[in-house]
Amino acid sequence: MNFRAVSSIYYFEMARFFRTITQSLISPVLSTSLYFIVFGAAIGSRIDEVEGISYGAFIVPGLIMLSVLTQSISNASFGIYFPKFIGSIYEVNAAPVSFVEIVLGYVGAAATKSLFIGMIIFGTAFFFVDLHVQHPLAMLAFLALTCISFSLFGFIIGLWSKNFEQLQLVPLLVVTPLVFLGGSFYSIEMLPEGWQTVALFNPVVYLISGFRWSFFGMADVAVGVSLAMIALFLVLCLGVIWWTYKTGFKIRS
Amino acid sequence: MAPIIKVENISKTYEGGFHALKDVNLDIEEGEILALLGPNGAGKTTLISIICGLVNLSEGRILVGGHDTVSDYRKARELIGLVPQEIALEPFQTVYNGLRFTRGLFGKRPDPEFLENVLRRLSLWDKKDAMTRELSGGMKRRVLIAKALCHSPKILFLDEPTAGVDVELRKDMWEVVSQLKKEGVTIILTTHYIEEAEAIADRVGIINKGEILLVEPTRSLMRRMGHRELRIELTEPLAEIPAALAGYDLEFGADKQTLVYAYEANGERTGITSLITDIKNAGLTLRDIETKQSSLEEIFVGLVKEQA
Repeated sequence: MNFRAVSSIYYFEMARFFRTITQSLISPVLSTSLYFIVFGAAIGSRIDEVEGISYGAFIVPGLIMLSVLTQSISNASFGIYFPKFIGSIYEVNAAPVSFVEIVLGYVGAAATKSLFIGMIIFGTAFFFVDLHVQHPLAMLAFLALTCISFSLFGFIIGLWSKNFEQLQLVPLLVVTPLVFLGGSFYSIEMLPEGWQTVALFNPVVYLISGFRWSFFGMADVAVGVSLAMIALFLVLCLGVIWWTYKTGFKIRS
Repeated sequence: MAPIIKVENISKTYEGGFHALKDVNLDIEEGEILALLGPNGAGKTTLISIICGLVNLSEGRILVGGHDTVSDYRKARELIGLVPQEIALEPFQTVYNGLRFTRGLFGKRPDPEFLENVLRRLSLWDKKDAMTRELSGGMKRRVLIAKALCHSPKILFLDEPTAGVDVELRKDMWEVVSQLKKEGVTIILTTHYIEEAEAIADRVGIINKGEILLVEPTRSLMRRMGHRELRIELTEPLAEIPAALAGYDLEFGADKQTLVYAYEANGERTGITSLITDIKNAGLTLRDIETKQSSLEEIFVGLVKEQA
């Protein structure tokens, strides 16, 4: 294992994050604060508690997930797409680096960034609502798992994208609707019965549900099921990456 | 001694069906400078890219320092430094950090003293903290070379290193190349400036339409394929070539005052002495004599045309 190569890629990518630290941090913090103001304070003040939890607090896990998912995907997809686009990927290709090391470096950095952003938003939430996390370790574990699996997903998008439009398209057309319909702002039980069944096909429902359980001890689906679904998604992403690698990895012709 | 790079029967067909390389065999000796010449699209870059790991091969195998480039790619790639044709650099990174990154990819710890040496050698030391996007085209090319050298490779590939580079940088670059050769580095380069290859390369490989036409020591190629011309200028123009000189296959040059005699440079008897004697006997007076050797460029163009 070429650990130096992994850490080189990792620090290289983290440097990109710190170079643009202001926009990397300010934009998620700002947009989350807006959500708190609009949904938590303005609209939320007219909504009674959801499942015994104040609405402002209820949306915190969903909001964190919303940012973490989009950040994981955009960081990881950009991280691998940009060197492909400008051609500097040749360096990685010509180096004694294995496919696993490449994935570890790029995905590890993307996951770290989104974990960082997730924690910042979590911190921001305390300015707006009273929050008490029932299972802090489970919360961290869910957060980390989500960061990793969606960074893998973003990495896949970055590998397969042929231009910047495609890079934006998947997050825009697939991820945002899934996140909004995944119960960030409501409990699945609040949906009409037919839609509840449809919602169960949305992987994000399991993420948010499990994450919310770690905060409040209540969930739309059983925690075990949530965990299993995230694990399944993770394995699926790894599988796709492995297959992509076998067919030239989209970075070699 | 076993060749440092052994290319055995490799072929490459791209996804669209384009057959970029056809059954290529090539041995590269340790410590030599090999120049690969060929027209655009001949397969030079594909060949280099396959050896370096940028492109997967369709058939055949390559050994670098005895290591298979597919099954033992780590050991093979550790030996190689690559300067690509296109300038491909992360724009928002400093020169120094870029070098550290490359060195790290090769599993080597950052060695500030060594990196300083590499940068100084390429006159980049005062630019070490500049972002690559702030550099001129020539400076960027220097950075690419520095990156290729920063893990002390035993083999250096230079793909069109002098394309679009000013005279001074070209001179500097060839100086670095000959210095590296002295240090025992094997160098493989492609270039369009054939006179450069003629001046610097120990051997020349000519490649066209995915096939290697020949690989030969530069000097013997020049000797073998090079034609010479003797241009004889007379004091008076002639109406026609005198009958006494008919056996020499002479032609008129630009005007009827110049006679051109072509001969093989490596021929045992060039016939020059008897030609001059016969000219004198024919009562003609010489004003000037000039010989001309065909350049590698002419040899190259001839070979490529022959194949087409």
